[in-house]
Amino acid sequence: MTPLYQLTVAQAREALTRGEITSVELTEALLARIAAVEPKVRAFLTIDADGARAQAQAADARRAASDTSPLLGIPIGIKDVISTQGLRTTCASKMLENYIPVYDATAVARLKTAGAVILGKLNCDEFAMGSSTENSAFQQTRNPWNLERVPGGSSGGSAAAVAAGEAPATLGTDTGGSIRQPAAFCGITGLKPTYGRVSRYGLVAFASSLDQIGPMARTVRDCAIVLQVIAGEDPFDATCTAHPVPDYEAALTGDIRGLRIGVPREYFVAGMQPEVEAAVRAAIEVLREQGAEVLEISLPHTPYALPVYYLIAPAEASANLARFDGVRYGLRVPGESYFDELERTRGAGFGPEVRRRIMLGTYALSAGYYDAYYKRAQQVRTLIRRDYQQAFEQVDVIAAPTAPTVAFKIGAHTDDPLAMYLEDVCTLPLNLAGLPGLVVPCGFAEGLPIGLQLIGRAFDEETLLRVGDAYQRVTDWHTRMPEVREDNSTQG
Amino acid sequence: MSLTLEEVEHVARLARLRLSPAELEKMRDQLSRILDHFQMLQQIDVSATPPTAQVTDLINVMREDEVRPSLPREQALANAPEHQDGMFRVRAIFEDA
Repeated sequence: MTPLYQLTVAQAREALTRGEITSVELTEALLARIAAVEPKVRAFLTIDADGARAQAQAADARRAASDTSPLLGIPIGIKDVISTQGLRTTCASKMLENYIPVYDATAVARLKTAGAVILGKLNCDEFAMGSSTENSAFQQTRNPWNLERVPGGSSGGSAAAVAAGEAPATLGTDTGGSIRQPAAFCGITGLKPTYGRVSRYGLVAFASSLDQIGPMARTVRDCAIVLQVIAGEDPFDATCTAHPVPDYEAALTGDIRGLRIGVPREYFVAGMQPEVEAAVRAAIEVLREQGAEVLEISLPHTPYALPVYYLIAPAEASANLARFDGVRYGLRVPGESYFDELERTRGAGFGPEVRRRIMLGTYALSAGYYDAYYKRAQQVRTLIRRDYQQAFEQVDVIAAPTAPTVAFKIGAHTDDPLAMYLEDVCTLPLNLAGLPGLVVPCGFAEGLPIGLQLIGRAFDEETLLRVGDAYQRVTDWHTRMPEVREDNSTQG
Repeated sequence: MSLTLEEVEHVARLARLRLSPAELEKMRDQLSRILDHFQMLQQIDVSATPPTAQVTDLINVMREDEVRPSLPREQALANAPEHQDGMFRVRAIFEDA
């Protein structure tokens, strides 16, 4: 029998519904797995074992009372930039080392209402700024497939925990690729929903016009199940739209015949690892064999997405992070005066990458540079968005690589911020347009996973999920799990 | 695109970040190189292109102006580094206040 920690959300749901297992048993199995592998993987910043056990007991009691909530008794981990009432939420920053939210994020509240068991909080780059989880102020999460490699970022803990069998599903956040790139690097499935699909209330803001919460799991079906619970209008987030929430699992028909899939030539960038390109093209060929029509397309402004993103996101971040003033919450470093305290607090509380982005964003917004940088970036953002609008007149889905390479070594880019930014070249364009993106595992190179990225029309997660699920019906990359061994040998 | 140390100091002051002299210098170097790379944006003619600030296409989202429950004071103060008499405690902003 499959060990309980390896069950997908859908499998666990079925076993729980049939009464074959209890939530307490499942939760204990995951806590035991966490205890076994966490010294190597280090995905969690906070493990709430007692809270999880209590929630599991409550879930079993609800089930005994004929409750059929969609995630009843299913354990889930939460990225540590998403607020959890009474459970420390640090954003992987010294600034919030001891911060305990007094309310739940809407996404978390909806998971709890649906019966989910919250296992704990997952490591990430500080305030979700990074592509390797190396910017966490507290610990380095390691890639479960090779402990010398990064798990990707910023949702590196959320991806590594799923890959290592520490949680069947997690929540991540994606501002420029922070769900999709770590999903690719860790060999799991991750969905960045359309901007406005999932409430951002209670998500500690990084770049408010780009941030989006989404599910990470081992299968497309599991992502659909979690999305179903967290999606939809929220009076606490005015940007979360009233667009109807369809039945996402019903969209998983396995039938993609006649679907038009566009392959944008600009995403196969110079310097891309040949094995990555080969795996992505082979995956697209599988979709063609399943009846999809494959067309080459062009998204000509793609090369400009990186500078546009790294002006807009830091500009928004510099405004959002102004709230960390040592008054209402977080660190306060004593000083000579109010302003001295403020500058000392922010200088000490933020790590190097966060300080760099605040500086970059402040510069881009400052008098004399606003038109040349920030406004121009917003104008080019319009052109990037139009590229996609034109492409989606010809095709239903876009298929592309997620990252130019497999997971890189810990420390490979830490002295070169620009090289780290270039890691996001295939993921950040669609955040600028607000579009949904789904990553599914599609192969291995150097014993490390490769991810296929599928990009959809705004609010058309159904088609994305249908394509991803169809792919997973005929491939088994997503079923492979690493052994998490210290000797770094390759497993597949 | 080379920033001067004075420009970097000015931005740090705007951002209310206390940076060490070594970090100011490193920041100058790194930001200069990043901005160099971003010069590619100047190649595009955007004279007729409107800016995009957000992508929801929502204009205004209105609701009734009704009194609703809010956080109790003790919870609002629960994470404050210092509070007194039910208020956040801060240093005086004006020197001789």
